[in-house]
Amino acid sequence: MADTNTAAAENADTVVKNAETNAAEALLEVEHLHKAYGEKVVLEDISLTVKRGEVVVIIGPSGCGKSTFLRCLNALEPIQGGSVRVAGVEVGADKRQLVALRQKVGMVFQSYDLFPHMTVLDNITLAPMKARGVGRAEAEAQARALLERVGLSDKADSFPRMLSGGQKQRVAIARALAMEPELLLLDEVTAALDPEMVREVLDVILDLAREGKTMVIVTHEMQFARAVADRVLFFDGGGIVEQDIPERFFAHPQTERAQRFLHTFEFDAVRTHEG
Amino acid sequence: MAEYLPLYKDAALLTLGIGWAGIAGAIVIGLAVALVVHFRIPVAKQICQAYVELFRNTPLLIQLFFFYFGLPRFGFSITPQFCGAFGLALHGGAYMAESFRSGFESVDRIQRETSLALGLTPLQAVRYVILPQAVTLAFPSFVANVIFLLKETSVFSAISLMDLMFVTKDLMGLYYRTTECLTMLVLFYLVILVPVSVAGSVIERRLRYGSFGN
Repeated sequence: MADTNTAAAENADTVVKNAETNAAEALLEVEHLHKAYGEKVVLEDISLTVKRGEVVVIIGPSGCGKSTFLRCLNALEPIQGGSVRVAGVEVGADKRQLVALRQKVGMVFQSYDLFPHMTVLDNITLAPMKARGVGRAEAEAQARALLERVGLSDKADSFPRMLSGGQKQRVAIARALAMEPELLLLDEVTAALDPEMVREVLDVILDLAREGKTMVIVTHEMQFARAVADRVLFFDGGGIVEQDIPERFFAHPQTERAQRFLHTFEFDAVRTHEG
Repeated sequence: MAEYLPLYKDAALLTLGIGWAGIAGAIVIGLAVALVVHFRIPVAKQICQAYVELFRNTPLLIQLFFFYFGLPRFGFSITPQFCGAFGLALHGGAYMAESFRSGFESVDRIQRETSLALGLTPLQAVRYVILPQAVTLAFPSFVANVIFLLKETSVFSAISLMDLMFVTKDLMGLYYRTTECLTMLVLFYLVILVPVSVAGSVIERRLRYGSFGN
């Protein structure tokens, strides 16, 4: 696998052809990633390969480095060692390539972060128009199609402040999709939402998974992780402690730390009155 | 007093003319400095910060004296009008820079990250996402600066510009009608500044609603 990719990286055309012919090609390759803030090591020696079309879900306790890891994947955080490659292109190697690379890697944040001074439609069309040079008519048509897909056709001309949290997050996903990213990073996208709004956002993501979108998802929603993941990674203490297919991981976690973590999501019944 | 009205009117127009020219310059300087500081451009940032401290912490009157009497020594011949506008632009630029900088800093950092993650360049992020929000957030202090700078023009008389203050002192010296002359002075400043403040609050409300909905 690694060999075929190195070869592919040398020729951009080959990469495209491989993408069409070989669905099992690695899209994201992380090798020995090392991330530290000064003396404090946050991520240590992380290696991960994500194939095209694969959905990887990262779970783990707060502060274990999950979000930082995602941010390293599109160079929002500089890394101190190792390498990250997307479609064969090294992340952060060249500043001019950085913009091109980020256009291939979409990211949605926990706090949605829509641009408050723009309508929903303008939020979505901004990056395609300015970064990719798409014309307004085309960008708007695409934006409307995306809004339809996330169930918000009627909100095109609304401002973000008029939307509920769940609606904002769906717009944020549509905005990321407008750049037609090959890889989508989702960072706890439901963590700031009221419970009844979580579902509408997760449904959108499940749809994307069905369509074969390659995604790396950080989440605390265990049921969702089980449903959407091709592979679950359990992060703790700045590294991958365990990884497995969701059926096995959730039923029989191998490591003691994963068992303890999963146990925190269960409650023992407390009955003070019979009957 | 009626016969002096034209004098006051001319003086007010001069105050306004040089005042607005200076303020326009101050906006340009302030925005440029704020951008340099925002992007942390090495060396230029330090120079800009030194400029802000120097011009914020010395009185406009002293700065005008330096330009008016100092620049000709280096072979620059300048008119009082130019000197007034130039001095006000540099003085005001320092205040505007701080106001814009605080605007930039008030925009959530993640707005920038979101823009970059979408594939915009850092410059595009500023142009389309950060600047429009920063301007809105900086607007109240911007209006305060405009009012403050218009009032500061009262020191222009020191470099022989016939502004409101100059005319008032002149008339007081000639006719000893201190109370009337000073009252006129106050009234004329109010006529100039009250509309600015009122327009400022109206625009502020519109801008906030347009941008953030509250």
